[in-house]
Amino acid sequence: MNLSNFGNLAIFSTLLITLFIIIYSIKFLNSKDEILLFPNKLIMLSLFQTTISITSFFSLLIGFIISDFSLLSVYQNSHTLKPIFYKISGTWGNHEGSMLLWINIMIIFAYLFIVNSRNAETKYRIFSLLAQNVLIFGFLFFLFANSNPFSLIFPIPKEGLGLNPILQDPALAIHPPLLYVGFVGSSIYFSAAIGSLLSNYKGKAFANSIKVWVMTSWIFQTLGITFGSIWAYYELGWGGFWFWDPVENASLMPWFVMTALFHSLLVLEKRETLYYWVIILCLLTFTLSVTGTFLVRSGILNSVHTFANDPSRGLYILIFLSIMIITSTIIFLNNFRREKYNFFINSKETFILSNNWFMMFYLGTVLIGTVYPIFTEVLNNLSISVGPPYYNSIIIPLLIPFLFLMAIGPQAKWIKNEFKKYINIIIILAISIFANLSISYLFGKMTVLSNLIIISSLFLISYTLIDLVNLIKRKIKFNIARIISHLGFGFLILSIGINYNFSLEKDFNLKVGDQKSFDDFNIRFISINLNEGANYKSIVGKFKITENSNLSEENLYPEIRIYNNSEMLTHEASIKSDLVKDLYLTMSNINRSDLYNIKFQKKPFMIFIWVSSIMICCGGIIRLIEKKK
Amino acid sequence: MLVKKVKNRIILLIFAFILSILIVFSIVKSLNENLLYFKTPTDLKEKIDKKIGKQIRLGGMVKKGSIQTNRDEIRFIITDLKNEIYVSFKGTVPNLFLEGKGVVAEGVLKDNKYFVAERILAKHDENYMPPNLKKVINNEPK
Repeated sequence: MNLSNFGNLAIFSTLLITLFIIIYSIKFLNSKDEILLFPNKLIMLSLFQTTISITSFFSLLIGFIISDFSLLSVYQNSHTLKPIFYKISGTWGNHEGSMLLWINIMIIFAYLFIVNSRNAETKYRIFSLLAQNVLIFGFLFFLFANSNPFSLIFPIPKEGLGLNPILQDPALAIHPPLLYVGFVGSSIYFSAAIGSLLSNYKGKAFANSIKVWVMTSWIFQTLGITFGSIWAYYELGWGGFWFWDPVENASLMPWFVMTALFHSLLVLEKRETLYYWVIILCLLTFTLSVTGTFLVRSGILNSVHTFANDPSRGLYILIFLSIMIITSTIIFLNNFRREKYNFFINSKETFILSNNWFMMFYLGTVLIGTVYPIFTEVLNNLSISVGPPYYNSIIIPLLIPFLFLMAIGPQAKWIKNEFKKYINIIIILAISIFANLSISYLFGKMTVLSNLIIISSLFLISYTLIDLVNLIKRKIKFNIARIISHLGFGFLILSIGINYNFSLEKDFNLKVGDQKSFDDFNIRFISINLNEGANYKSIVGKFKITENSNLSEENLYPEIRIYNNSEMLTHEASIKSDLVKDLYLTMSNINRSDLYNIKFQKKPFMIFIWVSSIMICCGGIIRLIEKKK
Repeated sequence: MLVKKVKNRIILLIFAFILSILIVFSIVKSLNENLLYFKTPTDLKEKIDKKIGKQIRLGGMVKKGSIQTNRDEIRFIITDLKNEIYVSFKGTVPNLFLEGKGVVAEGVLKDNKYFVAERILAKHDENYMPPNLKKVINNEPK
């Protein structure tokens, strides 16, 4: 039996088991009024489903590793000479394989959810499993009908077409699986929300059963976005790490909702209120994940990321998305009861809710900017794109109050809070303003807005640190996860602020042997060498960069790579990082002449941006470990 | 007491209403200011006076034999086989920037024939064609 038959059989069996789980759960729910014990049969079925779907994924993986070109997706995305690491990452580097991974994550999460929710009500668990399996069925059907990774090609080609060279990069190879766990992980609390509405399983117990999943998907989403940005930074060669590209927005939108979600889960857990709001957020997260997939895969939006586009895919996802939204809205409205909100304005609840308002505002901004071009295209036949200044001008000013609230909020008390230490706030504010002044003294002038952003991020950092010191001194049990994440966010905004304001960028054209001086730098183009990589040839330039003020010298080696099997060029930036700055150099050849276009950048505090993103993530991981105990 | 509560609520509602109007207004304003229209040289022909000085994206093909380079800048012609625009650019061109290949330049139109690009957009596909240009070329009478 060949790989294609085996894989198809595995997918088909998964489809059948899924169908069986759906039918069995419906029957079980209909048969008895009082359901006490969760049927063991369903757990076994779910485990069986997991095993078979993992088998199908591994058979595709083997197809990629042994370069079985009888499979269409392997032929289109792989090549015998490709390093083994990229053969493996090729499995999810294409549409079909990534959909198979998507389904695998849904199935694995469904199983883990059922096993881990033993304390919850049986009816709720069955409804959740049912909802999840309906989703799985929809995606499996899509995979089978439209994007089968095990499609055959005949006659069998001798050699594959190769993976897009831009995708042959370690950061890029691992970031899709991370993002998928984030994106797709949100499906389980979508299903749980549906299950909760249908089984009337509410409040604290519900919050308890989903918080681990919200945290897990949030951690992976954060990591995925970070690695994606790192990749964009050194591979796309523009020196930036965030471009407000539709694909990036697609990953950021669910992140906003996830962040809002686990904050309001805190309120639901402590105060037994905001239940319906939490449900809305649960439903919204996965809906946005699927919307993002639709936007990216259908080719409706132009993006720097290439996915082989296919309108029929877009149509299917759009239909599926509509059904999903309509059904969940109907279920929601049918089960909606008025809730009483007894909040004092000055209380921890309000502060946590303010996080939600900001997140929803950011979400709205990004969503409008991302989908607006679709409407003008359809309605007026105008092709436009929304420039990054739109996002910056709307999101950045609102970061200032957000950072302040993020600093003060955590100290507030539940139910009713009183501010006692105004003096503290004023002192810390004074410290932040002073620190900001010294930054602008050291680096140079900034705009008013940048000053405010840096002041507020410094305020968050120092307020959180002083809080931490106080808590340790008074030996009060405290929430270290929150402190690390909030601190990380403060550092992130601070380093982005400094990076944005004090980056130096210079473009010029040079021949070998030339040099160029500007500001504090002297750049000498020393030589060009030809190199041979595993599956590419490269032109490596050698540049000597002298910084006059501290007499430091660095050699940088940017590359132009010519890949053997796709006739494609990429330019590899050469980056020298130290604690306070990155030196970033790319070169490109101009129309095959002996002139090279050089882009040189000095980017302060780049490392801090990555470290603080990881820090935010660590907060989540710590929270998850604490929960387990 | 109750009266005070109702009063507070009304004030809060009015406040929220004004705030949301302000937010919507600022979003719409910023959106309109930052739209980048995508044009081909032929699109630019119509009502060209209105487009001078505005930030746009210009898409087309780099005309064969048109690239000239000196130490400071690159000059070339973007064509859609019907009309042409002269472009000058100081900065890094992507590696796939070649004569006869598709290109998208972001920048400002100075007069009816001359465009100053601030950014040449990288496209990771050697056969990339701006969608509008594809339409123009496909509609060409055979």
